[in-house]
Amino acid sequence: MAVTITIPTALRQFAGGSASVALDAEDVGALLRGLVEQHPSLGKQIFGDDGKLRSFVNIYVGDEDIRYLQGEATPVKDGETVSIIPAIAGGA
Amino acid sequence: MSEATLSNEEIRRYSRHLIMPEVGMTGQRQLKQGSVLLIGTGGLGSPLALYLAAAGVGHIGLVDFDVVDESNLQRQIVHGSATVGMLKTESAKVRLHDLNPHIEVTTYETQITSANALEIMAPYNVIVDGTDNFPTRYLTNDAAVMLGKPNVYGSIFRFEGQATVFSPKDGGPCYRCLYPEPPPPGLVPSCAEGGVLGVLPGVIGTIQATEAIKLITGIGETLVGRLMLYDALAMRFRELKLRRDPACPVCGDNPTVTALIDYDQFCGILPEVNNLSNQYEITPSELAEWLQRDDRPYLLDVRNPYEVEIAAIPGTDKVIPVDQLPERLSELDSSREMVVYCRSGARSGSAVELLKRAGFRKVKNMVGGVLRWADDVDSSMAKY
Repeated sequence: MAVTITIPTALRQFAGGSASVALDAEDVGALLRGLVEQHPSLGKQIFGDDGKLRSFVNIYVGDEDIRYLQGEATPVKDGETVSIIPAIAGGA
Repeated sequence: MSEATLSNEEIRRYSRHLIMPEVGMTGQRQLKQGSVLLIGTGGLGSPLALYLAAAGVGHIGLVDFDVVDESNLQRQIVHGSATVGMLKTESAKVRLHDLNPHIEVTTYETQITSANALEIMAPYNVIVDGTDNFPTRYLTNDAAVMLGKPNVYGSIFRFEGQATVFSPKDGGPCYRCLYPEPPPPGLVPSCAEGGVLGVLPGVIGTIQATEAIKLITGIGETLVGRLMLYDALAMRFRELKLRRDPACPVCGDNPTVTALIDYDQFCGILPEVNNLSNQYEITPSELAEWLQRDDRPYLLDVRNPYEVEIAAIPGTDKVIPVDQLPERLSELDSSREMVVYCRSGARSGSAVELLKRAGFRKVKNMVGGVLRWADDVDSSMAKY
């Protein structure tokens, strides 16, 4: 068992095409760092130069935004799903 | 406003609405009296306009400055082969009046800007965001918050869509509660290289139309406070919770965005095509001639393999998608002069910048990409 991270279509090209990645971690921050270690080019997409999550990328544990939980310190449990939800603009 | 009345003809037309107690005569009159502004008459705007017109929404506003292109018809179902080349607003208006002559359609052949947004949006009950770029989405959101109007949001990318209703007036969040600032240019895939499954905007636009009808008639539970996610490949709907952010720059307790902002347009705009090539640029005609000579350059295509299948320049030495380039520099032949190309010249432009930073000196971007190669060198090449 591990935590499943879902990769949105827009970022799959930076994750070797994967739709999801399973990793072991204690909290969201460690989970995302583990993800970026596996797929380095995802780093620039998710984190800014200041090392903080970008303002157009949100992270959800289950259906809750981590900004309303404990941010990157939000604990994650085996079997939970963490979603990366970037802003997308298409419509035409 | 006086209560709208329905003619016998309208009663016959809307009978499947009228015999449902949730809509009935009251709801149908509300729809007739209702007004919806559609920002964008493209992928999302097409099903939106058709269903709202068919449902009998009395006044529909259409904002778009574009003309119908053949490549739109794979998904923009309000338009047709006969209206290629026509303004999208005009093309849609003709279709909507054919579908339902009892409604009023107002067209705005313009781009929404900070100067006109409030004026265009003010007369409408419900705003629907069906645009294709971040600057217009932020502008639409901010103006809707300032006017206290609900904003029915939908966006799509390839096989994936998002939809919700932003309505701070009803205690819900706005777009900036979700994403405070738009991404900087270059960090998100551009529209043209993104692509979209034709039926995807049909699903998301129809969800938006449903929400607009519920907002006008006051029935059911809207998507306020919920972000609906749709994955067409997995055929899965998911729902995430959205909250109003008290620190939101536009709808928060102490707003810092109090005037409309025109963000730089960075999607759908091709890099400027010039005819004079500088040290790091080359035109397709110049390249075609160079490829015939003995000192021909090393030709690098930075598009994705599925694009190469559609059209490619003969004699290409290597294909490396631009996002893989940083990790695959060692595969390149640095001893020869290099020319890099893509579809429009945008990705190859950033690839040339990257290669220059990595120490490659003799590298040029083919301006205008395969699109211009097709225009200037090989008219038999397919454009996509």
